[in-house]
Amino acid sequence: MSGAAYVRREPAPRLAPPLTQVGALGWLRVNLFSSWLNTALTVVVLALLLWVLPPLVRFLFIDAVWSGSDRTACLATDGHEAGACWAFVRERLFYFIYGSYPVAERWRVDVFFALFAVSTGWLLWLDAPRRGLAAIVFFVALPVLSYVLLYGWPLIGLPVVDTSLWGGVLVTVVVTAVGIATSLPLGILLALGRRSEMPTVRFFSIAFIEFVRGVPLVTVLFMASVMLPLFVPPAWSPDKLIRALTGVMLFSAAYQAEVVRAGLEAIPRGQYEAARALGLGYWQMNALVVLPQALRITIPNIVNSVIALFKDTTLVFVAGIFDFLRTIEVARSDPKWATPVTSATGYAFAAIVYFVCCYGMARYADNVERRLARADRDGGRR
Amino acid sequence: MTDAAVEIAGLHKWFGSFHALADINLTVTRGERVVICGPSGSGKSTLIRCVNAIEDFQRGEIVVDGVRLTKNLKRIDEVRREVGMVFQQFNLFPHLTVLENCTLAPIHVRKMPKAEAEAIARRLLDRVRIPEQADKYPGQLSGGQQQRVAIARALCMNPKIMMFDEPTSALDPEMVKEVLDTMVELANDGMTMLVVTHEMGFARQVADRMVFMDGGQIVEINTPAEFFTNPQHERTKLFLSQILK
Repeated sequence: MSGAAYVRREPAPRLAPPLTQVGALGWLRVNLFSSWLNTALTVVVLALLLWVLPPLVRFLFIDAVWSGSDRTACLATDGHEAGACWAFVRERLFYFIYGSYPVAERWRVDVFFALFAVSTGWLLWLDAPRRGLAAIVFFVALPVLSYVLLYGWPLIGLPVVDTSLWGGVLVTVVVTAVGIATSLPLGILLALGRRSEMPTVRFFSIAFIEFVRGVPLVTVLFMASVMLPLFVPPAWSPDKLIRALTGVMLFSAAYQAEVVRAGLEAIPRGQYEAARALGLGYWQMNALVVLPQALRITIPNIVNSVIALFKDTTLVFVAGIFDFLRTIEVARSDPKWATPVTSATGYAFAAIVYFVCCYGMARYADNVERRLARADRDGGRR
Repeated sequence: MTDAAVEIAGLHKWFGSFHALADINLTVTRGERVVICGPSGSGKSTLIRCVNAIEDFQRGEIVVDGVRLTKNLKRIDEVRREVGMVFQQFNLFPHLTVLENCTLAPIHVRKMPKAEAEAIARRLLDRVRIPEQADKYPGQLSGGQQQRVAIARALCMNPKIMMFDEPTSALDPEMVKEVLDTMVELANDGMTMLVVTHEMGFARQVADRMVFMDGGQIVEINTPAEFFTNPQHERTKLFLSQILK
């Protein structure tokens, strides 16, 4: 041994990574063929895709019928089975979107869609200016405006359109939007209530949350649409859609409450203490310090429950309301379009629409999650 | 108005069945700097947390700036407004910028106009020597800088009393000095201070009185000179011999 000291005289050269580490080859190796089990799974999945995809593509695109005015277009020709009957979807598309909303008044629905898209986009875009205002627009202004616009107000020249005529995407969007806009604030209050130091408030919050969570949505909707009219006089009994909306709101609020509570639990006690020490009151502390942090980390989970709610809106049909899926149900049994592929086409269309919407929301949640992770790492703006 | 900033008389506190504070009697006069020290678990933090009602207590009396602490929430907020608190873990609000951290309470508690609150905040950030960090987020600052922001944030409420709960214990060693320097300056400006710390150098430099606690009780109150050179109680002697080598 020539002494314990070691001193590097020259820096170690920086070498390029081996070929199997980078590029397409490296990716394949790491992700698909890293072990025998992985390789076997890759082969199985590939085989599955080969088995499922070609007939699906064939049905949806290659053999599909794109135009026509009634069932004859989509019937089998010389023994050759027709694919998806898109002609049917094209003809009934407006019904799927507006339901039985009077044609002359459908511009109102379009304006509603536009308002909804703009205010939602504003609220969801985390770097948008004046997001506080966006929240007020979404949770207060939009519901009032939408009600006037969609239901009507004869005083300003908008004839009343009864909610029994509403249908399709319109109803799905209304139920989802109203469900979120009402259940999130209610859920926040319930979550705060569940953590309250006042025993009665805590008891009622827990009782409500646990009761609703223990009951299926279909039951809540049945109760709202069938049982409520038994107890209150008909003149008092609110509109069918409003009853269903109330059911959805209460149901969703219980779930939102648990989601928000998880966010609240994640806020360190020191944040509460610091807010308190500065003299902030209970509501100021929650509104200015706790909830802004808790809701932000909860966004991915809130979106998750929005996705669930969006799909659950299909259950309002038990209350006799024509949501998007229900309009497809009705249209597919129309004798004018009775063909062997009509039902499959209708359901395929519904699946695609639902998937696009839900996947979009999931991607958004994903982005927020990655952004939060980045902020946690670098300590910057959340 | 009396000359006392904080009067604690016959204070007892229990955590469940654990007697955390026993018969605490302490009066802090205006402009006085009191340093509380003692082994961990001796109740020092609990004591100052009682003063601004972050912890409640079961028996005894605390009067802060002439206001007696009761269960009355309005009174409690009144007290908290006048008492600035600096925590071991800084507890800055991570979703707000440094400036917003400082202006939050003045705007929402004191109902101060935003421009005025920002002017005051900038002046105080300047005073703790981090004016250039005003628009950053707390997560982008070092521990020492964060603690100085926390001091500035508390000062923005223009408190009559400042309390520090082991303000340097969570800091890397090289950042302790910058925070202590800020606290010394504050002391030199005549602020009434109640400080829980293990920094004996700081205590020697600024304290008017030393309070030594052990097992939830005040064991000895003395002037720094006497406390460090001629401690009276056996427990104090033992503690000092361990902490000052």
